[in-house]
Amino acid sequence: MIDIDSLYFKYPTAKDYILKNINLKVGLGEIVAIMGSNGSGKTTLIKHFNGLLKPNEGSVKVFGKDIRNESVASLSKRVGLVFQNPDHQIFSDTVWNELAFALKNFCFEEEVIKKRVKWALEFFNLTQYKDTSPLLLSGGEKKRLCLASILAWNPDYVILDEPTVGQDFLQKEKLREVIKMLITQNKSIVIVSHDVEFIWLLQPRLVLLSNGEIVKDDKCANVFKDTSSLERCGIINPQFVELQKELSPLISSPPIDVLESRAILLKLLKGGT
Amino acid sequence: METLAPLIQFVDFSFSYSGSSAPILKNVNLDINGGEFVLLVGPSGCGKSTLLRCVNGLIPHLYNGVYQGKVIVDGEMVSEKNVSELATKVGFVFQNPENQIFMFSVEKDIVFGLENIGVERKEIRRRLEWVFKALDIEHLRYRAPYELSDGQKQRVAIAGTLVMHPKILILDEPTSLLDPRTAYEFILILKRLNKELGITVIVVEHRIDLLTNVADRIVVMDNGKILHDGSLKAIIRLKDLHLYGVTVPPIIALQNSLSESKINLPNFCLNVKDFAKMVKEEASNI
Repeated sequence: MIDIDSLYFKYPTAKDYILKNINLKVGLGEIVAIMGSNGSGKTTLIKHFNGLLKPNEGSVKVFGKDIRNESVASLSKRVGLVFQNPDHQIFSDTVWNELAFALKNFCFEEEVIKKRVKWALEFFNLTQYKDTSPLLLSGGEKKRLCLASILAWNPDYVILDEPTVGQDFLQKEKLREVIKMLITQNKSIVIVSHDVEFIWLLQPRLVLLSNGEIVKDDKCANVFKDTSSLERCGIINPQFVELQKELSPLISSPPIDVLESRAILLKLLKGGT
Repeated sequence: METLAPLIQFVDFSFSYSGSSAPILKNVNLDINGGEFVLLVGPSGCGKSTLLRCVNGLIPHLYNGVYQGKVIVDGEMVSEKNVSELATKVGFVFQNPENQIFMFSVEKDIVFGLENIGVERKEIRRRLEWVFKALDIEHLRYRAPYELSDGQKQRVAIAGTLVMHPKILILDEPTSLLDPRTAYEFILILKRLNKELGITVIVVEHRIDLLTNVADRIVVMDNGKILHDGSLKAIIRLKDLHLYGVTVPPIIALQNSLSESKINLPNFCLNVKDFAKMVKEEASNI
């Protein structure tokens, strides 16, 4: 469990708090998306999850331990954070070494390291690059490598900062699969994202941040009914939410995906009820 | 009507990065005319960013490799021009804003290019005020770029390019770090620059739902080759686009799916409003 109680945070040189009175609990087996406008504090918030930042006031507890008393290394075993910008994370000379780095540092056995790296290479279509420098990968491939290197050590919480940036359709589908797979293993996923269509399909619990404060924390479908909060947070509606609004009252609730919306429209256009 | 040579031409062009065994671009032929708004899509690693680097001369001048064929920009061979000369014609916004921001304040960063090509102070001030307003970043004016959020950095990088009023504006996933509303507003700014100033715009973007109403043309790449090239309205209906990494906007995917179910609607709509209007009319006729 990640338990955040009355968290306030400001950067050392800043006048104002960037996070104000944040109260949030994220249990195991949950998917939580955090959305909000640029500069609203999303990335600053998730950096508290593995102790990269420590609160000025209030507390953040990870599995009952106050992060002020824990090292980032020890918290990272249970909370893996994938950065928004892969260049902030990648530093090894080959893709293989990048994937193995944390596993070696967490003292996994050689055989386990080999197995996990092989899995990560295959699952994320990176096998062809195993001996290549990560710096030669494309932006999207670097993002995949970062996610793969975190999943390789199997943390309980996987924190993803803008995971769909630079990812094409097939990779986004794969990411969706990974998230579903992790949920079946009772892991927790926290996603910071601007990608409303990706989030809408995932239907997570959705937290909206504005100017360092939580303005909404509810099921995704409920949050997308709250026009004023969405407006305040710079969020626009997913296309199917917009479609339902345009077609109201012909359609009563927004469809999640193409299959559901097709079924609704088939009824509508064929005169069924 | 006078026939003008294309503003950008790739002729039988191939490129392999030094140290890489396979070419990343393979026999590319592509003409882009002045004033076009082109969306470039394809799976990650297919060569999109490489293609863009060939237009502003980063390839071959800063990246080594095997360069075959020609790239011609505004009538001049890219391989024979240096990057600084090309930079006055081709504005480039990188995927990662940290690759292009380096001054100590936002204002200084934005005017850096203008000062270096000797634009008058009065004009610099005019363009600066314009771009602050256009991108809503006036409040960041005296901030240090390294203190900004990634989305804010991206807007500053874009501002530094826009003030140069380039003939060609190339953007590699420019909205990737912007919140949805800012991204949408930013695309409208691009369209305005394209329409009002005649700037040729080439955008690599995975969020193509943002661009369906603004791009004239779409080029689909896969494995270093151009696979489809045509009007957005025609290409976006192709059923196999997702195989090439294109995230088809839900409203487009829905219409494709309805046509597979033998529901023939009178029009193919690129946005939700038009589609909803058409559905209402059709439903009222039943």
